[in-house]
This record gives sequence, C-alpha cells and structure tokens, in this order.
Amino acid sequence: MAFDPSSDYPLGTRRPDLVSTPGGVPLGRVTLAALRAGELASAEIRATPATLRMQAEVALAAGRTQLAESFERAAELAAVPDELLLEVYTALRPRRATAAELEEWAARLDGFDASRTAAFVREAAAAYAERGLLADG
Amino acid sequence: MPSEGCSRMASRRFSSRATRDLHLEQLVSPLPELGLVAANGPNDPEPELVVAAGGVIRMDGRDAADFDVIDRFVVAHGLDLEVAAEAMAHDDLALARMLVDVNVPRAELVRLSRGLTPAKLARVMGLLDPVELMLALKKLRARRAPGNQAHVTNLKESPALLSADAAEAARRGFAEMETTVGVARYAPLNAIALLVGSQAGRPGVMTQCAVEERRNLELAIRGLVTYAETLSVYGTEPVFVDGDDTPWSKAFLGAAYASRGVKVRFTSGTGSEALMGYAQGLSMLYLEARCLAVVRAAGSQGVQNGSISCVALVLSVPGGTRAILGENVLAAWLDLEVASGNDAIASHSEIRKTAKLMGQFLPGTDFVTSGYSVMPRHDNTFGGGNFDADDLDEWLTIQRDWQVDAGIEPVSEDELLLVRERAARAVQAVFAELGLPPISDDEVAVATSGYDAREMPDRDRAADVEAADDLLARGVSGLDVALALDRSGFGDVAEAVLGMQRQRVAADYLQTSAVIDADGVVHSAVNDPNEYAGPGTGYRLEGERWELLQALPHVAVPADLLGESALADPIVSDGEIAGRGEDAAEVVVAVGPAFADSIRRTIADLDHRDVLDAVCDGVREGGGEPRLVRVRRVADVAFIAHDGARLSGSGVAIGLQSKGTAVIHRADLQPLDNLELFGMSPLYTLESYRAMGRNAAGYALGRRVGPVPMQLDNFARAKLIVRTTLLHARETQAIVPGADPVELSLVGASVS
Repeated sequence: MAFDPSSDYPLGTRRPDLVSTPGGVPLGRVTLAALRAGELASAEIRATPATLRMQAEVALAAGRTQLAESFERAAELAAVPDELLLEVYTALRPRRATAAELEEWAARLDGFDASRTAAFVREAAAAYAERGLLADG
Repeated sequence: MPSEGCSRMASRRFSSRATRDLHLEQLVSPLPELGLVAANGPNDPEPELVVAAGGVIRMDGRDAADFDVIDRFVVAHGLDLEVAAEAMAHDDLALARMLVDVNVPRAELVRLSRGLTPAKLARVMGLLDPVELMLALKKLRARRAPGNQAHVTNLKESPALLSADAAEAARRGFAEMETTVGVARYAPLNAIALLVGSQAGRPGVMTQCAVEERRNLELAIRGLVTYAETLSVYGTEPVFVDGDDTPWSKAFLGAAYASRGVKVRFTSGTGSEALMGYAQGLSMLYLEARCLAVVRAAGSQGVQNGSISCVALVLSVPGGTRAILGENVLAAWLDLEVASGNDAIASHSEIRKTAKLMGQFLPGTDFVTSGYSVMPRHDNTFGGGNFDADDLDEWLTIQRDWQVDAGIEPVSEDELLLVRERAARAVQAVFAELGLPPISDDEVAVATSGYDAREMPDRDRAADVEAADDLLARGVSGLDVALALDRSGFGDVAEAVLGMQRQRVAADYLQTSAVIDADGVVHSAVNDPNEYAGPGTGYRLEGERWELLQALPHVAVPADLLGESALADPIVSDGEIAGRGEDAAEVVVAVGPAFADSIRRTIADLDHRDVLDAVCDGVREGGGEPRLVRVRRVADVAFIAHDGARLSGSGVAIGLQSKGTAVIHRADLQPLDNLELFGMSPLYTLESYRAMGRNAAGYALGRRVGPVPMQLDNFARAKLIVRTTLLHARETQAIVPGADPVELSLVGASVS
C-alpha cells in the first residue's frame, strides 16, 4: 500500500512496513531477540533518508512547510558523516569561514547529494557577506 | 521637623514587610534604552511589510538593505507571502479578538500567522489581557493534552541517584526529562543513568543531556538521548553573534540533529537581549517575536520559551509576567510546541512565583515547565528548581483544586520506593555489565530512600570520568545498554530501552509536540491535535485521569477522620424530660444531641467526661450549682444553650456542642445573642472549660464578670474545618426532631 502522509502517521505503529534501518532491517525486526542474536549494530539504529522524507511529507500535509523543509535537509544530512556535519556547522558560525570556504563546504554537500542544504549554505554565505559575518580572508 | 522625628515616624508595618522574601528582589521602573521594558516599547517599530516584484523590500521599519541576519532569515524562510497581504491587512484588534474567539479555529489563526511580521505579532499580543492570553494559549496549544518535563540532576553526579530520580519522574508522568553535567566528561554516564532510570519508571519517556553541541550530537548518535533543546536563538543580531551562532547555523544544527533521529526544540525567551547588553532599545516581547519567527523559519518543531533563565529580569519590570505569558502564546500561535519555562527560579516569594505559574498551569502547555526539579533544588545543577521535590504535594493539590492537569501524577510512597530501588538496581547492573566503576549496594539504598546527594556515598570521580571517556572510545550505544539490562534480568527495562531505539528508526517523534506513551505510540500535534473550540471541547480533565489526579496520597477518607465510632462504655445516661429548675443558683450545662454519646471527644481531643467535670467544677467554684441536660431537638450551639437557659433556675446556662464549642446564654436573650461565645474549640483546655463554668456561675449570681480571656488562631479553621464539618454532621444526625430536653447524669459519678 502506498504511503499516505495524512493518514499513515505514526509510521512506527501504523506503517511499520514502510520503515527499516539503513541496512534494511525492517522496523518489526528491531527486537531483543535480534539484538541477542547479534543481528543489530549501533549504526543501524537511525532513520533512513527515505523515512525522514516521509516525515517531511507528514509535516507538509499538516501545513508545516518549514518543518518539512528541515526534515528534507535532515534526509540529505542522514548520509553525511558525523565529522563533516560538525565541520559544516562550525563553518556556519559567525566569522568562522570565508566566502570561498563556505562555497567549498557547499560543494562538499553537493557531493553527498545534499543540494538543498548546499543551497542553504550558499544563502548563508551571501547573508554573511552583507552583514560582516564572514571570516577575514 | 527634626530628622530623628522622621525615623520615629517609620512604620513598623513597612519594616515588617521589608523583611519578606519578596524584598530580596529588585523591581525597576522601565528603561527602554536598555531594553528594560516588557512589551509595547516606545521604540518598537510599526508593523510593516512592503512587497514588490515578489520580494520583501521593507519590513517592520527597515529597508531590505538594512536587514540584519534575523530579518533576512525570517524573510527568506519564515514569511508566507501568499498569506502576508491578507494577514497584515487585518486590524491589530481584529486579530487579537480572533485569538480569543472560540469560533475561529486554531488552524485559521496558524494560517494567518504565517504572513505576519514580528512587529505585528508582538503588537497583537500586547492587546491581550492575562485572562485573554490564557484562553488564547488553551486554544492555540499544538497537542491536545498538556504535559510536563522534569529536571534530573544531582551535585555528585551519582548514577544511582540519577536513575532513581529519573524513574520517579517517569512514574509521576513527566513525558520528558533533562539532565546536564557538572563535569563535561560525565555526559555519557549521566545520559545512561537517565535512560535506564526513565525507562525503568515508565517506557517511552524521552531524555536529554544538555551539554555542548558536539558532545550532545555524539550522545544522540549513540542512542543515549532522544531530544535536544539547547539551540538558543536571540532577537538582535549582536546578541545572536555573541552567542556564537546565526539563524543559519542554528537551522543547520536543527536539521543535523533530526538527521540523527533527535527531537529538536529551540530555546529563546524575553530578557536575554537586555541581559546580554544589546536590546537595541526594543521591548522584550518584540524581540521574542523576532526569535520565534526565526525558530519557525528554521524548521524547529518547537521552542522552550517563557524567559527561561532571564525570568527574574523580566519580572523586575512592569507587566513582566504578562509578557512572559504573551511569548508562550506567540509560540503556540506560530504552531510551535511550547515548553513554557517555569524552571529557573522566578522569585523568592512563594506567592509571586505561584501567581506567575498560573498563566501556564491553568491553560496547559505542551510542557508546563521546561524542567520541574524532581529532586530538592539543592541538587538542581541547572540553576533551576523554581518548583522542586518539596513542592510536589502543593503542585498536586493545586491541580486537584482547579481540576487542571499540569502533567504530574500522585504516586504512593511505597510504590515510589519500589520504583526508585529497581531503577537504581538496573543502573547498577548496567554499570557492572559495561565494566564501569561499580555502584555499591549502599548507593542503591541511599538513592532509593534518601533526601539528596549530600547523603550519597562519595564515588571515585576520577575513575568515573576515565570510564566515561573509555565508554565513548568503545562506542557503547543504546543497544549495549539494552543488552546489558537483558543479561542482568531487567528484561522489561531492556525492552523499553530498545523501544526508544526503535523510535529513532521511525522518527515519528520529530513531529510537532510529540510525546510517547507507555505502549510506544507517539502522540503529536499530527495525530493528537488540540481542537479546543470552547466549553465541552478539547482536552478536559475528567474520567479516569481526573480520578487519578484527585487521589493524592495525603487525601483522607471522611469516615476515617472521626476515628472510632464503635462506642466504649457509656459515660452519661439520659433521664426524664427536663423541667424548669427552681434554684436561683442553678446553672444548666446543656449538651448537644451527640455529646458523650456517638461523639466522645472535642475537636481538641478532650474527653467529654473530663469536659463535663471541668465545667461543673467551674460552676461550683463560682458558687453555682450545675445541672446537666441534653438538648435533642437541635445541634446549633446557640439554641442548645438557650434551651438550657430556659430550663435553668437562674436563667443562665452553658451550651456545649460535641466538638467543644460553647456558649453562655441567658433565657431572656434572643437565641442568637449570648453572654459569651467560645468559638475557638480547637484551642481549649480543661482549664478553659472550668473558667467558662466559673463565669456562668458569676452571671447566674449577678456578679460582675470579666469575659474569659481567649486566644485566636485564624488558621484553626483552615486546618480543622473538614473535621468540624464531619463532627457537626454526626451531631446533626443525632437530632431527634421536636424532642424535649432530658436530664443527664454522669455514669458512675457520686451525686453531689
């Protein structure tokens, strides 16, 4: 059955069939028995980009455009390594990065198919340039 | 007019009031230049939105070229230009009235909010009075049912105590709980203690550990915490930048947390800009409107606001309490989850603090406090503890008084001791399984029943932080915690911890105002929205939940208050119908229908037999002759006494109600008049009754009589009114309608 964002929430209880771990373990198999059997790894315990996109659709169906947008960015960032995530965050803090450096981070994000987030970083760079929040080149 | 005359003129009442706790606080008159003005500041801009060629060219008094980062971010992400023209065209007052009109649905107000500028939002909020704000908040809250969040910390960072407190908080119904660290490296240990304790108390409770963002994200990635609310935003650019962030960096961080399955809530609040020195002459509420516009624009599902740590500053200026409620309402209007403050200490004064609380408590918010200190405030390392462990019975009683659900449940002492011990045992087992420094049985015992961390045995702190570092290096995760619990016989807690890991995979709790019930079902504004539309709609405290919230451990069953009603040996015996006495020295001692019969003691716990002896002795000492009579037709003390007086040879009688209230009466007075009334029965001793007897004899013999000196306790009524009511009810039940008074004699007493 196709996903219906206006009636399939919460996914965990209404549509567990649509949810799996990044490694493809269905939500229903995230159990103590599986854990005892060594079938679950810590890295498996997180939402997939697909799940986050479904949550974005749920938010949008409820009229929450900005929340949906944030979930879309989250879906993109799900594939981005932890360290890169923290580096981009640091670069976005005031006067941490030059325009060129922010562009480099945006390009790195593009490399992870994170085009929305990359555009978000470029938008920040433009605003920072206007407001003196770039690092001295 | 010598100056020393002035000091002699000083009022003792003013000096008494000056010693009250309230006066530890500084109140100031407004100073808008420094942002010390709560709302409707003289420098706040006129609401304004000019759109041309699809772009905003002017907003709230600024041209696009002068937009700061906040304006730019709000214009780029926070304003819906499709709605803006319509929304901004509404008159301020019209919008304000729509907020309190139960016929205008929340959804319509949220839709309009998407097109309103911060200045417009603040202006409309400034038009609502406190009761209107409360109604608006009740209507605009995102989730149907209100909830609450707990603080769980302690000064020694004792894992057993953290776990026990977390379990208590969970069992008491808190949907979320927050800990933090004194020493940063403790973070993983505290997070584990909170995770284990919370799930041992009630599955589904969400936890967080407030630490630096990088550390926080790490804990989240490992599944040791489920939410974060550390993302602060500010209403002016210089303060935002001083906070080392921008709207873009915060929005990015929010998405980063969400990408790891962490529920995110931003933090803002009135007063922070003034405190940090760059309010730019603008009012607190206007600046908070700017914050909230950023929060929504950033795609946060919610916000922790209500001044938070600056609350005492906001309360120093006129209208501060109203402005704080206004900012909670604003957040709800913007469709954000609201954790509404009441965590940092707002006032030294219990009265003032509680009065402020009512703004959120009565309408209900998603989280009435953003941290109720489940432990004594001495252990609250957030600098919080506005309401703490010692205030719990008051909180529960006020919920019961107003029939309001403010998110805390009563739990019996026995049950809590079991819950606390099990949680401390569970974390003890997890520490053992994970090879962390052991938790002793002594720690478990003190964590279960102790008062605060000062009683906890000291741990080897160096070993703890070393183990914490090692734990992170080993990559220990929520799964390992579940496995450790499973191996050590805490299968149900293991299941609950694993349940929280499943939640991270499904990510349902990322939606607005989400909480998780004990069965793992997420309730958020999506599937459980607030649809309040006036009386009879929305969340109402009734049925089972109301039964639960009224059954406080210290509530008594009325029948139990009267003690033993199965009677011991009789102490009086009723005789013939009483006639009028002839002896001019006679003083009738008239008792009520239940006296010395179905009631045997006064409210001061004096035995009725002793009371009768004391009164009679007093009468004799005064030269009178006592005669005992029971009035059966009435339970009112005035009539008991007056009926007695009409039988008395002297015309004077003492009437005694069973609870101990007494009246000296005379036959020629109106029944509701009297010679002396003794209404403070809880204070009387046998000596008091003896004195009453003496005075009655004095009246009978026509002597000059000074009234019996009496004390006054204005709290006696509050303390004893329930017992008074029950005793009086029993007296009333003993009435024999229309029955004549009868002679009464003491059983076993020699005839005098």
